[in-house]
Amino acid sequence: MAAEHVSLLPVLLIFLPLIGALLSFVFRRRAAGLGIATAVAVFVIAIALAFSLTRPQRYPVGGWGAPLGIDLVVDGLSLIMLLMSATVGLGVSLYAGGYFHARPQLARAFWPLWLGLWTALNGLFLAADIFNLYVTLELLGLSAVALAALGGSAAALGGAMRYLLVSLLGSLLYLLGVALLYHAFGSVDIALLGERASAQPVTLAALVLMTVGLILKTALFPFHFWLPPAHASASSPVSALLSALVVKASFYILLRLWLEIFEPLNPGRGVTELLGLLGALAVLWGSLQALRQTRLKLLIAYSTVAQLGYLFLGFPLAAAVGPAAWQAVIYLALSHALAKAALFMAAGNIVLFGGHDRIADLDRVVQRLPLSLAAFAIAGISLMGLPPSGGFIGKWLLLEAAIEAGQWWWVVIILIGGMLAAAYLFKVIGFAFTRAPVSHEANAVPPVMEWTALVLAVGTVLLGLWVSPLLAWLATGNPFGVGP
Amino acid sequence: MSVAVLYAVTGLGLFSLGLYALIVRAHLLRKILALNIMGSGVFLVLTALARRAPDGPPDPVPHAMVITGIVVAVAATALALVLLRRVVETTGQPRLPDPDSE
Amino acid sequence: MNHWYDWVPLMLLGSSLLPGLVIFALPERSVRLRTVLNLSGAVVKLLLVGWILRHIYFDYAVLFETRLTLIPQLDLALRIDPLAMLFVTLSSVLWLLTTIYAIGYLEGAPHRSRFFGFFSLCVTATVGVALAANLFTFLLFYELLTLSTYPLVVHRGSDKARRAGQSYLIYTIVGGVLLLLGTVWLYTLTGSLEFTPRGFVADLEQRHHPALILIFILLIAGLGVKAALVPLHGWLPQAMVAAAPVSALLHAVAVVKAGAFGIVRVVYEVFGVQFAASLGVAVPLAIVAAITIIYGSIRALYQDDLKRRLAFSTVSQVSYIVIGVALAGPVAAIGGIVHLVHQGLMKITLFFCAGNLAETLGIHKISEMSGVGRRMPWTMAAFTIGAFGMIGLPPVAGFISKWYLSLGAIEAGQDWVIGVLVISSLLNAAYFLPVLYTAWFGTPPERWPQARDFGRRETARALLFPTLVTGASALLVGILAATPFSPLAWAKLIIEREFY
Repeated sequence: MAAEHVSLLPVLLIFLPLIGALLSFVFRRRAAGLGIATAVAVFVIAIALAFSLTRPQRYPVGGWGAPLGIDLVVDGLSLIMLLMSATVGLGVSLYAGGYFHARPQLARAFWPLWLGLWTALNGLFLAADIFNLYVTLELLGLSAVALAALGGSAAALGGAMRYLLVSLLGSLLYLLGVALLYHAFGSVDIALLGERASAQPVTLAALVLMTVGLILKTALFPFHFWLPPAHASASSPVSALLSALVVKASFYILLRLWLEIFEPLNPGRGVTELLGLLGALAVLWGSLQALRQTRLKLLIAYSTVAQLGYLFLGFPLAAAVGPAAWQAVIYLALSHALAKAALFMAAGNIVLFGGHDRIADLDRVVQRLPLSLAAFAIAGISLMGLPPSGGFIGKWLLLEAAIEAGQWWWVVIILIGGMLAAAYLFKVIGFAFTRAPVSHEANAVPPVMEWTALVLAVGTVLLGLWVSPLLAWLATGNPFGVGP
Repeated sequence: MSVAVLYAVTGLGLFSLGLYALIVRAHLLRKILALNIMGSGVFLVLTALARRAPDGPPDPVPHAMVITGIVVAVAATALALVLLRRVVETTGQPRLPDPDSE
Repeated sequence: MNHWYDWVPLMLLGSSLLPGLVIFALPERSVRLRTVLNLSGAVVKLLLVGWILRHIYFDYAVLFETRLTLIPQLDLALRIDPLAMLFVTLSSVLWLLTTIYAIGYLEGAPHRSRFFGFFSLCVTATVGVALAANLFTFLLFYELLTLSTYPLVVHRGSDKARRAGQSYLIYTIVGGVLLLLGTVWLYTLTGSLEFTPRGFVADLEQRHHPALILIFILLIAGLGVKAALVPLHGWLPQAMVAAAPVSALLHAVAVVKAGAFGIVRVVYEVFGVQFAASLGVAVPLAIVAAITIIYGSIRALYQDDLKRRLAFSTVSQVSYIVIGVALAGPVAAIGGIVHLVHQGLMKITLFFCAGNLAETLGIHKISEMSGVGRRMPWTMAAFTIGAFGMIGLPPVAGFISKWYLSLGAIEAGQDWVIGVLVISSLLNAAYFLPVLYTAWFGTPPERWPQARDFGRRETARALLFPTLVTGASALLVGILAATPFSPLAWAKLIIEREFY
């Protein structure tokens, strides 16, 4: 009984948001209520799954099973990703309830799109085959683009259009890789591919195509150009979703493919070093660009470019010291999701409050909007990698891996990235104390928007204290394999 | 060169052609068309590679994938066209705005 | 958490953390509730401290320790030991006094909830620094101290304050990064970071010794930022833009001491002082400290702004602690450790006095102090005690420190340190005696820059009382140094039990 019960939970994680999306599309007036109810339910189920999962689960949808049917698998890595999207998703849903309350027109579009996005996201984290990953990736991309365009300003539409083109290009590259892999090894199931795949030119071609497609979607330097305009010009709840969750999805696929199919084939140090190098450049470039920005939301968006760079340091470091590096990377990804969502929410509150996001004119928000600024500061601490926070633990683990590997150049990158993050975030915080030359009229910010931002920010602190249970969950089913 | 390989190579050709146009052309409609051509290229590759043995029946799985892919492509194109119209309505031109011009 | 006493370290933190968090939420106008919370937190902490001190003194067997395992082998751990209690006692006593002082100082000022909230957080972080049982926990609270002092530096919200905050952060964040790197590196070598009497790295193989030297440099540089070792001291004079209670407690005592205290921990309980000496890193550290002592004093000579002169004096005086530790002998160590307390008492007195002058008469510069001794005799009496102590005149506390440091230098065979101490004392006299002379024997001006009237008293009671208490303590701990409960006796107990 108990085992069957567990195996149903992953299915619910996909169907609940799907049903929620449909219902909120049909009953537009009650969209917000339906959306929030769905979010709460999904969150509860994700938590239940976390506590009941003792070993990896595989669920054949409709009882067909591979190779014909669609299977769902959940192991520690998927679990952490699901928990990440459940937590951020619940936070953003509550926040959006406040944000769209005054914008009913937008709310009607937001809820079905967002719940659709969530369906795709959960489906993606649970997918067992590379074609299903393609479908969920496309659904995710399309709903994300539609959400990004929601604001309707010229900047938002332009950003969304660019985002769409890049996203479709990335998916097609990925799909071509799927075609090659299927042709060569006769399966789309990741586990089967892992067993069958051998090092030959077609595998290498698939590796290149899929990797390029996915890093395009993950906005890894130098493919980051589309991210800042799209994320910064979207409405604030959407910015939070895009930066915290959507970019992680394509990274997750890349990581899965790498771990289960490509890494065992030993494609050579060139690949891992190149990915690490691009990650390092992303950290530096993204941080320096963030430091240059005068607009708050663009600054946060560039910070995402930088923070995504850290994730790619996992490739060379895992090659050197094994799974410990991936642990660090996933911890960073998880902390970044909470922190970045909180940052964009706080920024959204500041924009709503003062009507603009010019950093130099923040005009004493520390006193006038203390909860939001506290959220900003606490989330910022995690991004800088200062204790006590999840970001600190992630950086600690990553540094440990880099030092153990004796690869000092990554150590330097990690430390410089942290200092630059402190520089650009404290630039904002400093201006929050000063008085602007012209004081703007202030709009009221609904308390729920302030509190959700703060709660997510405090979540990053809890991630810094509640480490071993999370790492134990992540280790379920040994997703990173044994070390070399 | 078997027919299947010919199809596959044609598919890759279409893909490259589309990629070229996507990067080079500024007009958004052309970019959207380019993506569609790239998509057709991938579908062609998938269909062509479905014939695994020279004589045996073709593998149905890639065909199913292509159908799914077409559905996705239609949806994506629809979204792209709607966005294109909105971009033209707000900015007056069917081009991507320069991100640094703000 | 098996025993009730496992909670004691947490209670020490909680007694300032909880009032702090509640104060954040208080509206600006609930002055009385805020005052009650502040003072009761400080009193509770002090009572706890007294109780623990008694426990340690008579019943050494109980181990007060709170531990939370984050990652296997990496614990968040707080432990009470005699060295920790020295720092905890100092900061708790001074917290109570500074709170009283700050309530008087900030009367009617805006944003007091925010101020006192962060003030309590700083004290919490300081206590955490003191109680940290391993380098990891130390690092955590050390960074927390950076973060919670920043809002106090920029509190006024002027552009000048913002820029001062910026430079404060640049120094402290870079310092934190160095400390982090050293700590992680050490962890990869040893797999443990627990502070252990006489250190835990001496067993490492010979081939790791170059790495250990680098780690030592990283750790000391990271800590040296807060301890204001030259050339990492630049933030301290700039941070004087903050309000007087902040300069007094945080920048003269808590923050710089956190750095100096960390150096004590690293030298004695990470490396072990004998091993540090055998690595050849102790003497260079002493030289850096000596340069800091001389350089700080010389810079202090040229400051007309009273708080800046005191700040440079802090730069110089904190390194007495460092030099005492670096001399690698028990007597010098007693001198260094006891100076942790002595310098704290004397320097906070001086800053309180500076605050009194600014708040009562609007005096910020030494050139404005002419004849102020007649207008504010009590304040200037306290100032005189503090200044005499800094110079090292008996029987004020500073004399005891210098005495032990000199004996220790001879014992360690580093006679040149005595020269440094003599030069430094002369310089101290050179920058303090003229101040005293002007204040006592100068002619008072027609009117003071910004005089406020306090009736028969020379200034507000809340400002004067803490000043007199700390001034008297600076004198008393010197006079009563030979009694069993003096800081000196405690420093000897630490050295006997832990290090030698």
